[in-house]
Amino acid sequence: MTASNQAYDVLVAGGGNAALCAAIMARRAGARVLLLESAVKDFRGGNSRHTRDIRYMHRAANPYVTGAYEEEEFWQDLLGVTGGATDERLARVVIRESETLADWMPAQGVRWQKPLRGTLHLTRSNLFMLGGGKAMINAYYDTAARLGVEIHYRSEVGELEFQNGRFASARIFSDSGSRTAEAKTLIAACGGFEANVSWLKEYWGEAAENFIIRGTPHNQGRLLRELLQKGVKPVGDPRGCHAVALDARAPKFDGGIVTRLDSVPFGIVVNKEVKRFYDEGEDFWPKRYAIWGRLIAEQPEQIAYSIVDAKALPHFMPSVFPPVAAASIAELAIKLGLDRAALVSVVEQYNRSVRGGTFDPGSLDNCRTESLDPPKSHWATPIDMPPFYGYPLRCGITFTYLGVRVDERARVLMQNDTPTENVFAAGEMMAGNILGRGYLAGFGLTIGSVFGRIAGREAARHAGF
Amino acid sequence: MPDSDLVTDGARQMTICNACRYCEGYCAVFPAMEQRRLFTKADLNYLANLCFDCRDCYYACQYAPPHEFGVNIPKLMAELRADTYREFTWPKMLAVLFKHSALAVSVITALSIILILVGVLLFQGSTNLFAVHLGEGAFYRVVPFVAMTVPPSVIVLYGLAVFTVGATRFWRETQSGIADLIDRKAFWRAVKDGFGLAYLKGGGAGCNYPDAKFSLSRLWFHHLVFYGFLLDLAATTIAAFYEHFLDWQAPYPYFSLPVVFGTVGGVMLVVGTIGLLVLKWRSDREPAHGGMLSMDAAFLLVLFFTSFTGLLLLVFRETAAMGVLLVVHLGFVAGLFVTLPYGKFAHVIYRYAALVRYAVEQRRLDGQD
Repeated sequence: MTASNQAYDVLVAGGGNAALCAAIMARRAGARVLLLESAVKDFRGGNSRHTRDIRYMHRAANPYVTGAYEEEEFWQDLLGVTGGATDERLARVVIRESETLADWMPAQGVRWQKPLRGTLHLTRSNLFMLGGGKAMINAYYDTAARLGVEIHYRSEVGELEFQNGRFASARIFSDSGSRTAEAKTLIAACGGFEANVSWLKEYWGEAAENFIIRGTPHNQGRLLRELLQKGVKPVGDPRGCHAVALDARAPKFDGGIVTRLDSVPFGIVVNKEVKRFYDEGEDFWPKRYAIWGRLIAEQPEQIAYSIVDAKALPHFMPSVFPPVAAASIAELAIKLGLDRAALVSVVEQYNRSVRGGTFDPGSLDNCRTESLDPPKSHWATPIDMPPFYGYPLRCGITFTYLGVRVDERARVLMQNDTPTENVFAAGEMMAGNILGRGYLAGFGLTIGSVFGRIAGREAARHAGF
Repeated sequence: MPDSDLVTDGARQMTICNACRYCEGYCAVFPAMEQRRLFTKADLNYLANLCFDCRDCYYACQYAPPHEFGVNIPKLMAELRADTYREFTWPKMLAVLFKHSALAVSVITALSIILILVGVLLFQGSTNLFAVHLGEGAFYRVVPFVAMTVPPSVIVLYGLAVFTVGATRFWRETQSGIADLIDRKAFWRAVKDGFGLAYLKGGGAGCNYPDAKFSLSRLWFHHLVFYGFLLDLAATTIAAFYEHFLDWQAPYPYFSLPVVFGTVGGVMLVVGTIGLLVLKWRSDREPAHGGMLSMDAAFLLVLFFTSFTGLLLLVFRETAAMGVLLVVHLGFVAGLFVTLPYGKFAHVIYRYAALVRYAVEQRRLDGQD
């Protein structure tokens, strides 16, 4: 490593979307930038490599979005999903600045995809990256390297050294051991702590062992914890995490998008004790899938089973794992390791309570159950057409909400609400300021991109550029 | 891997892709895939021949190796394509030639050169071979007209027959009907996609070839090879027309149509084949199938030598070297055309058929929208 003892202007901890936006901005301003990515090159980019689209404000349709999505509608959507757990000032900064991302991102090599026939239902509010998040990350890394950002893989920030309330240096761990790096500024952009199972256990107990982490195993939250221990003010519910229903056969880490399962509204879901526990047809799946992670996490052994029949299969996206198939419910129960008599009885009871209507997956239809507890409010049709299919479900964590408090210049705030002079945060480490609860598709990238750019710009300015 | 394992793994990888769909903007493979939920051998054969090996999807893939899902679509598709070439060819016993392209090309070229040389020495004599021949019919004083026209016609007709069998088998397997063949709009879309090499542009910025950087160099070199080949084909056709209908024999003047087309086409082929060979030499081997790579190299080399010896022949046609150069050139031409049905050239047939199939399918969907 050359010149490793010289002080950097900007030290960027992290290698995902926010970190790269920050590094590129700071480097473009003229700063000497070191970026530390904890993963190997093949797995670089944190959870950004699993992303697909970015929500952004725009005043009119263009070749890539089908209509306008203006500030107020954006803000109302955010208010709706967070139930007010947001900082309006910061949120509006993100919304307004998001408008410029449509041009800024292509200038860094990212390419957009035109809306295609088929899967997309976010084509008005969100831009889709051609090739998805990893293609975007590849473009950012190429741009950063071309501009002269120093990039180290398998490296991360350990302890921080503060002098007179200012960040002075950081301990850096890499394959070649540890060393101290001095930098004029620090940008913390290395994600949440959702991959740190022992940290999750502090809130969830042993149940956390059965959680699946949808993204990178590198989001251990070490820098987050280090900052909090240094007296930085936290934001977000530490217990809070975005959790969805996943196929239980998903890999423990980095399964990404393909392990999600959208079968729930088209059948019933039972737990290990063969009991239904929630209304499977409460609302459209995109509006409800995020509550099912938590629901499953609360079941015995944190597992559940989605049961559907042959006629349900065409109504949801194909899953990456083939369903467990059987000619009868009894056989399905055996194959899933469930009590045979219990499952037969649950299905029979459900079938009896179905009040037929006109099945329509595109609307909140009138197919519902009567005198069933819990009820199924929509899309309730009898499970009676063999073969019958079962998918085991587990709770899959996408991200955690706990982060550090920042101001509109991305400066990290201390417990007494005064900003640190030279420590900035971007991405999931501070997303809880704006998205304190709930989920808004493609908004994590928006926060990361906007605050990444702000952090990079402000850090460079602080370093004298 | 054995065929059945390849199909199993192909279905596994396509199932992962179908649950992800991030790459649907890159090429025709993914929109075609989205119309299916299960992937039979026939589906995979079709999808594999839609793949232009641009590799954009490989470098964009969150599940590419070393991820435990090990999704590697360019490699998978190349393996499947190599399988379709063998599976659909005729006669079956010659399918083995696809696996040994370089050997087949070398042996057949060498044998052809020897055969022609021996023929010339036996029937025309060595004096003729090493003499300077000028004026109309000069070439035929070394290799007589009948010898130079009858065997090539037989070889070309044979090749056409093999490809007709292959295309029919492919068309049947993808469950396409006769009616689809006369869908004019689909036909033109396939022509446009094929002749424009639409999918070597990936999602617009080009292939990830030879490495992770986006580049249009492969597109342009391929254009040089393909259109150079067509120009040489045109040159030959025009020459045949002159011979048969105008009774005007080669060699033709430098500024005649056959020579201009032949020269421009030859130069394009030389530059294009060298360019593609260099790109392939430097290309990332991870998303590649070794068998396909050697098939590519063999075909490009014989194309290169055919054009290169053709250009040499043009330059030295008024010297004593003409006879030997003619023999060598004809040897390469024979090596090229005899192996044509059993080597990389097959991709032209199956890719085009797949593009027509795709255009028909997409038009049907547009009709539903």
